[in-house]
Amino acid sequence: MNEAQTSLISAETLRPRFRLFGVGNAGIALLDALATPEFASAELAAINTDATGLAATSAPVKILLENKLLRGLGSGGDPERTRALAEEQFATLRDACAGAEVVFILAGLGGGTGSGIAPVLARAAREAGALVLAFVTLPFGYEGDRREQQARQSLEQLKPAADGVICLPGQKAVRLIDENTGLLDTFRVTNGFLIEALRGVWQLLTRPGLIQVHFSDLCSLLRDRHVENAFACVEASGAGRSREVMERLLNHPLLDEGRALAESDAVLVSLTAGKDLTMAEVNRVMEQMKRQCGQAQIIMGAAVDPAIKDKLFVTVIAARQNPAPTAQALRLESRPGTGTSGTGTAAVREPAAARPVRNRPAKSKLVQSQLPLSVVSKGRFDQSEPTLHRGEDLDVPTYLRRGIPLN
Amino acid sequence: MFNQDNVIAGLEIGTSKICVVVGELGLEGALNIIGVGQARARGVRKGEIINPGQVEEDLRTALFEAEQMANLEIRSVFLGVTGSHIRGFNNRGVHPVLSADREITTDDVEDVVKNAKAVNLPADHTVIHAVRQHFFVDGQDGITNPEGMLGARLEVDMHVIHGHANRMQNAIRLVRGTSLEVDEVVFTGTAASLALLTNEQKELGALVIDLGGGTTEYVVYAGGVIRHSGVLAVGGDHVSNDLAYGLKVPLSRAEKLKLEYGSALPVAAAKGQTVSLTNELGLELKRINVEHLQRIMSLRLEEIFQLIAQDLEQAGLTDYLRAGVFLCGGGSRTPGIVELAENVFQMNVAPGHASAISGLTTALDQPEFAAAIGLVKFGSLKLRKRAAQPSFPRRLLDTGIRTAFGRFFTQHN
Repeated sequence: MNEAQTSLISAETLRPRFRLFGVGNAGIALLDALATPEFASAELAAINTDATGLAATSAPVKILLENKLLRGLGSGGDPERTRALAEEQFATLRDACAGAEVVFILAGLGGGTGSGIAPVLARAAREAGALVLAFVTLPFGYEGDRREQQARQSLEQLKPAADGVICLPGQKAVRLIDENTGLLDTFRVTNGFLIEALRGVWQLLTRPGLIQVHFSDLCSLLRDRHVENAFACVEASGAGRSREVMERLLNHPLLDEGRALAESDAVLVSLTAGKDLTMAEVNRVMEQMKRQCGQAQIIMGAAVDPAIKDKLFVTVIAARQNPAPTAQALRLESRPGTGTSGTGTAAVREPAAARPVRNRPAKSKLVQSQLPLSVVSKGRFDQSEPTLHRGEDLDVPTYLRRGIPLN
Repeated sequence: MFNQDNVIAGLEIGTSKICVVVGELGLEGALNIIGVGQARARGVRKGEIINPGQVEEDLRTALFEAEQMANLEIRSVFLGVTGSHIRGFNNRGVHPVLSADREITTDDVEDVVKNAKAVNLPADHTVIHAVRQHFFVDGQDGITNPEGMLGARLEVDMHVIHGHANRMQNAIRLVRGTSLEVDEVVFTGTAASLALLTNEQKELGALVIDLGGGTTEYVVYAGGVIRHSGVLAVGGDHVSNDLAYGLKVPLSRAEKLKLEYGSALPVAAAKGQTVSLTNELGLELKRINVEHLQRIMSLRLEEIFQLIAQDLEQAGLTDYLRAGVFLCGGGSRTPGIVELAENVFQMNVAPGHASAISGLTTALDQPEFAAAIGLVKFGSLKLRKRAAQPSFPRRLLDTGIRTAFGRFFTQHN
């Protein structure tokens, strides 16, 4: 642990070592999509419980997690089994992460392998001294409640274990795709969204920048916040490109037409363009972002890539404060057997964990519903939507609400 | 009869009645109301359609009546929409002027307006109106047209009225189903204020309240522009319902009692007075205390005004209403309503009259028609704008006569 820390300091001037892990079939599919020259400097590794799935990938490092129970035939969609397996092989995972400064975890949550292993891998990577950023997809609606639930559960475990989580619910992406798109294309497009985000982050971190963004900036933005689907990458070219880029950004479906920006409390903006990138363009984009984001803390980076001609890429990651960021973390740590030496690191990394937190997980927004106690029939308005004004039902006669007697 | 280019129809699907008003735009640009049709609405609650079949039937009746009176066929209408889902608010858009010479161009103006419209609406809402209020150039207030001025920072205040897209689409689809075209969707509150207020009143500051059957719309004008708008899903239906509940009579009877004995302020003469309800044979069924009736009614109407007054107070607009309050809609026929409103708002209140429009005086004098007349007026403003821009292709280029008409207008306006 200490060794890793010192090496991080000494390697600061060098390019940090990145390692990309694809976990489970979906994760490996994402990983394969990334096997382009752009990511040549990254070390790709695939982790699976299914030997056949692993054989097909082009990743140079393949890790097959198996024991007698699974026999290398996959997880059978049960994350509990794979979690146990990953805990069992915790040392293997930690070794696999050793030496890397930054670990990216790509996984599709909801199934057995990704959901079970990703959180454990994140913890292992942290123990090996790496910063961890997870890119995950959530299942589509048609995949059923069980997978949805498994995915949510896994996401909750992943959030405290990783430094940052960027996730894309499949259902949300599906709405952006034409109905008649083939199934394969649908997967490709949804993966494409995530890869776009990954590429944006990648460019941000690896390209020599006019205004450099360090990975630590990114982590400080994401820590305790995490991102659910509020990221976007857009590009434009031509004379009015800065204006066009903002327009596309504000119309981007993943940003809810700009709503996500207004609701966020920390935003990372990265601009990449060719040598013709002007300060005025950076200024124009940032001015607009500032206006859209209101109070949010903005981290910006601008990079120049001579290979790009005439195009301007903008990547935006908007993070929102998690209402109960560490409740899950505490729970995870207090669980016997899981937090060995890892708990110490986690506590150091997350100062928020020291704060007193309620032990109950945060519930979704409470909605005050009306108890069917009222004896006042609403007559004509019985079937229609009640007219509520500051908690009063205006359909009820005024004199009754004000308690004015008629005698 | 043959050239219908200057004919404008307004359709309001209200909670209590469906009404169609037909107007003709004279050659000098004066608007003349030539036809009115109305039908009792059955399938509407709180301004929103709950039974499309019935509404369609009623709509056809109203249309037929209006077409008969105006002696022409209505092809398209300006449709009024209302409902509790409609909201209005002010938003400011900012745009930095980036050109080297700092001159504000048409593009800059378009951009700043677009910025102001890019508001955080709920996902399922769409913008009905976005009205420019004022531009600011480098913080300088009150500029109506900044084009050609010099500045570094252009801002605009807009009033944006938006509503639930699907709910509005219900009405639009229904109208399209009767082989009518919908020219544009207009918030009925805006329409009513267009019909009632003169330019001076808008400049001075005025509040228009449309007391409808199921909803009450209100719009505030100050300094010549819309400053505030809102909808309360409370109206005349609620008064009847309160009476039916409080006096323990059927709703239809309550409705009649309301029209016959109703008052917005309890009248001293009504104290102790009773009315007996009889059946068809003349036998007495029930005695109704008129004082109670008026008290129930007064409380409800007072509450409506109070809610509006509270809302204006919050928006900080109470001191801007120097022209006072104008009432329209069926509810404004209630005896004593002006006095009640004066008590609540503490300012001048007047029943509104459709102004600056000529034509059928019977229609113009009725407060119920204010919104529908306003729709026609809204249409006439749009038509004039179109005529002034021959480049607008849709209407003007499809026949030769229309093109000629368009040219005529550009020459004479």
